[in-house]
Amino acid sequence: MRIETRELTKRFKDVLAVDGIDLTVERGELVALLGPNGAGKSTTLRMLTTLIPPTSGSASVAGFDVVKQQREVRLRIGYIGQGNGAGHSQRGRDELISQGRAYGMGVRAARARANELVDSLGLGDVADRTVSTLSGGQRRRLDIAMGLIHSPELLFLDEPSTGLDPQNRANLQEHILRLRAERETTVVLTTHYLDEADSMAERVIVIDHGRIIADDTPQRLKAEHVGDRVIFGFATEFDAVAAARTLDAPRDGLHLTVTAEDGTHLAPKLLDDLRAAGLTTASIEVTRPTLDDVFLTLTGRSLREGRTEELVEA
Amino acid sequence: MTSLVADTRVVFSRELRPVIRDPFSVIFSMIQPLFFLALFAPLLPGEASLQWFVPGIIVMSCLFGSSMTGSNLLYEIQTGSHERMLVTPLRRPALLIGRALKEIVPMIAQAAVIVVVCIPFGFDLHLPGAVLGLLILAGFCVGLGALSYTLALASKNKEWLFWTVQQTLLFPLLLLAGVLLPIENGPGWLRALSHFNPMTYVVNAERALFSGDVFARSTVEGLVAAAGMAALGLFIGVRAMKRSD
Repeated sequence: MRIETRELTKRFKDVLAVDGIDLTVERGELVALLGPNGAGKSTTLRMLTTLIPPTSGSASVAGFDVVKQQREVRLRIGYIGQGNGAGHSQRGRDELISQGRAYGMGVRAARARANELVDSLGLGDVADRTVSTLSGGQRRRLDIAMGLIHSPELLFLDEPSTGLDPQNRANLQEHILRLRAERETTVVLTTHYLDEADSMAERVIVIDHGRIIADDTPQRLKAEHVGDRVIFGFATEFDAVAAARTLDAPRDGLHLTVTAEDGTHLAPKLLDDLRAAGLTTASIEVTRPTLDDVFLTLTGRSLREGRTEELVEA
Repeated sequence: MTSLVADTRVVFSRELRPVIRDPFSVIFSMIQPLFFLALFAPLLPGEASLQWFVPGIIVMSCLFGSSMTGSNLLYEIQTGSHERMLVTPLRRPALLIGRALKEIVPMIAQAAVIVVVCIPFGFDLHLPGAVLGLLILAGFCVGLGALSYTLALASKNKEWLFWTVQQTLLFPLLLLAGVLLPIENGPGWLRALSHFNPMTYVVNAERALFSGDVFARSTVEGLVAAAGMAALGLFIGVRAMKRSD
């Protein structure tokens, strides 16, 4: 077992940031902690990476206690925080080498590993420039390299793609996925990007108000909590009313909506039923839910920034 | 213990690297001391004025550089590299001690620049005394640097605090140590205050040592003051670093 927490809790003065989280992550898993800002994702990560001690409860990472065996934990994990790991007044390659030295590597080994990472992350042209002159995307790639210098068994990433443009974000995701495929590294990342959690993680843990409110594969979360929607359109209100009676589905004007776990397979069957009842359907649409729909169903709020009020009113 | 030394060396050489890559940065914190040397020293009466003034300016240069050095850590706290280092297995004390020890290198470079600049104008260099003087100064600037880093750690998320405290303390320390003008001719209350300033003893020791007067009482006082500063700074600094997150 790679990570195990029991009743992990963190209180900052009068704010309960993490409220008794029980979490188990197995070797080789790629887990995304998803939740709005302030949900407790980063605080959880900071406890798991020994940056802050829990107020109560316990956590073990790679088999070691995050409070009593900090050094053992630190030796085995890589951490890529929200900021830049490389000092802005330093040069990238220098920082990579001193990062390797920090993990007890010899100068030669650290240099060789640094060169290897510079190549594999495409930093060759910029590694010997001062970090402050690099672009945001280059700096982020350098951060990834810093986190990987000692080939950790377990990699933590805190909001890895915040502030990156879509192209750099895709590039970063590719690197993380490749790393995982090559080395079976266990990866835990926090994100508030829905598409990122959806496309990368095999397991999404939804956190809200410091608690885990859902934990499953993206597919199952969506099927279980929201389901697909099959929307039928009709030419006349008369047809729509009759169809609503036939399918026993809610109607909204000329449209009616059926919610189902597997919409694409259900739609043709429903269409047959409507035909058998002598009704002509004007249009069919099958929509698959997003993780945002899951979050909305679970909490009544949307994860998308700025859309919260709008949806509450609707 | 040996691994604490190894960790300290990693931190020390990391801190030193930008200085080596860009030696001009050492000159930057010397600009003000050099102005005092060029524009203030000529106003001093007496023939021995340069011999009296230069050691004080070396201490001043060290005061300016070492008291500002925490701003580098403050910047790294803001950008995230300090956090990154906290997650590595580097021992917490090494994160502070390595940084503080690095202060010695720019201090020696600055002292050398000042001495070299002043020799053509009649400054006498007594090498054995000067070496002992730099040793005392090393202790002083390690302590001061450690305190500056402590202040940076305490100023996390409030940069103004760092600069307010640093700027507020800078000139009282400087003036009460008698760097610019002798304290001996001042009023009693001022002389009394200067006794509480550890830098006073360091400056007095440097003046005697740079004139070749090694076996003076001031040498012992300077050594004690500098060692005290180093011990206090490292003690407080290591404690603060252990609590850093």
